[in-house]
Amino acid sequence: MLKSVFSGSGPGSKLLIVLALIVFLGLALTPFLFSGTRAMETGAKIAIFIVLVASYDLLLGYTGIVSFAHTVFFGFGAYGVALATQRMGSGWDALALGTLGGVALSVVLAFGVAMFSLRVRAIFFAMITMAVASAIAVLVSQLSWLTGGEDGMNIKIPRELTPAFRMDLEIFGTKITGRVLNYYLVFFSAFALFLLMLRVVSSPFGRVLQAIRENPFRAEAIGYRVVVYRTVATCLSAAIAALAGALFAIWLRYVGPDTTLSAELMIDILLMVVIGGMGTLWGAVLGAAIFVLAQSYLQVLMAQGAAATAALPLIPDLLNPDRWLLWLGLLFILSVYFFPTGIVGRLKAVK
Amino acid sequence: MSDLLLKLRDLHTDIGQYHILHGVDLEVPRGQVTMLLGRNGAGKTTTLRSIMGILPPHRGAVTLDGRAVTGLNSALIARQGVALVPEDMGIFANLTVEENLTLASLDGPPDPKRLERIFTAFPALRTFWKGRAGTLSGGQKQMLSVARAMISERRLYLIDEPSKGLAPAIVSTLAKALRELKSEGATILMVEQNFRLAKALGDRAAVMDNGRVIWSGAMADLASAPDLQSRLMGLSLEDHT
Repeated sequence: MLKSVFSGSGPGSKLLIVLALIVFLGLALTPFLFSGTRAMETGAKIAIFIVLVASYDLLLGYTGIVSFAHTVFFGFGAYGVALATQRMGSGWDALALGTLGGVALSVVLAFGVAMFSLRVRAIFFAMITMAVASAIAVLVSQLSWLTGGEDGMNIKIPRELTPAFRMDLEIFGTKITGRVLNYYLVFFSAFALFLLMLRVVSSPFGRVLQAIRENPFRAEAIGYRVVVYRTVATCLSAAIAALAGALFAIWLRYVGPDTTLSAELMIDILLMVVIGGMGTLWGAVLGAAIFVLAQSYLQVLMAQGAAATAALPLIPDLLNPDRWLLWLGLLFILSVYFFPTGIVGRLKAVK
Repeated sequence: MSDLLLKLRDLHTDIGQYHILHGVDLEVPRGQVTMLLGRNGAGKTTTLRSIMGILPPHRGAVTLDGRAVTGLNSALIARQGVALVPEDMGIFANLTVEENLTLASLDGPPDPKRLERIFTAFPALRTFWKGRAGTLSGGQKQMLSVARAMISERRLYLIDEPSKGLAPAIVSTLAKALRELKSEGATILMVEQNFRLAKALGDRAAVMDNGRVIWSGAMADLASAPDLQSRLMGLSLEDHT
């Protein structure tokens, strides 16, 4: 049964199955397992980033395309929702239309970028995408009459998805509010999108992508138009990133350049793919989970560590929560050093 | 003489700044095996790549079954029924044997009858069916590469030095498979340095030197004339085998 759910591309190694299951159950039960808003914020962010990172892996890991414009598509999805709700009010139709608009614009832009540059060498493609990404980021921050500029925009969503909406229902001591419903909207959408991507990579189309990554000339010579396949992969990946962006906007009820379009976000995505492991999609699950958890909880852990070691010299200073970026950086260096093929690559090797 | 499947006329191909082919004229009759012979650097591999569209010729014409295919994208040429077994095998190391063969079967999943024939010819491919192609031995990779061409009905097989660097036992396995392919009436254009193998399989021969075809005719005529061989290829190939 599971095999068909995963479309035949299961995690592969036993330990990996266990880890993926932990992430799945953790995310599925977050509102009931943990109290407080921080846990739900983190859970929703992990779910969304799994989709975003996996869609990037579709490009980088499965097709061998290095693009720095992935945040643009994520942003289009988010801004699509924001703009639609601003004009049409807080209905479901606004959410749907905004999402579709963001996806459509992303596909068009991805197609244009692909047409322009997939014919050139990889390094030039990467540079072109970088240029497009910064151009869009500047444009969004300057066109403040449309986008809210650096301040971004608040998003009105249907009342059923807001904390103010309460159902007379309590499960395991957790009140079911609109916030919980919103969480499950994010969770199930992300889950469905992830399964869809698994389906894509295990399809004949996905096989051709892998062949192209390995040897584009040979793939061409046995009868596959490399340009066509790369273009379709780019558009598909952009569409899914836009969907993730729309979910992010609906969840945060806010959109701004920093949360969706920044260069730091792009680097975060790259790191998550590399830490998790390229070319498996399961790498995205672990990479996103570990990264977002570290982002959200490292400071808390360090504060506790600093308090516990307050009597000792130097250590409390090192564990000062203000230094969390130092430790995050160290974690990355170590993980790349010890898992050059990512966590998933490492786990698959030990089986 | 039987009708022609492939005809090259005055083909000129460059690689970067180097002129490799200086006007290749070649005819490949349908249902026969044509051997492309010649010294290293004569332009044999480049000729195959030019036919396939990997190195588009800047002058001249390639005609397949009466239709010009010169300068077409190699994917389109492949879809006209031309399969190239490249010199470097070009298998997809990260995909399984199964996936390699499925990819090469352009019109849907592989035909079970053909698959059975491939397994009979190359039992190793059945053994490692679900294994990554990168883990195969050199000879098995070559078998996979040839099998990939054989997985569908093709109009023309272009085979580049299948025996290169392989142990004699594997060469004879490959030779057997190629002979079988030939007996089914396949049209093959093959580059081969191993003259004994070339002699055994070839119906016709074309000898290249310096980017041109300098002699072509029946394989038997070339095989029975050692002085012709040494004149064309600069060494006695009988000693070389």
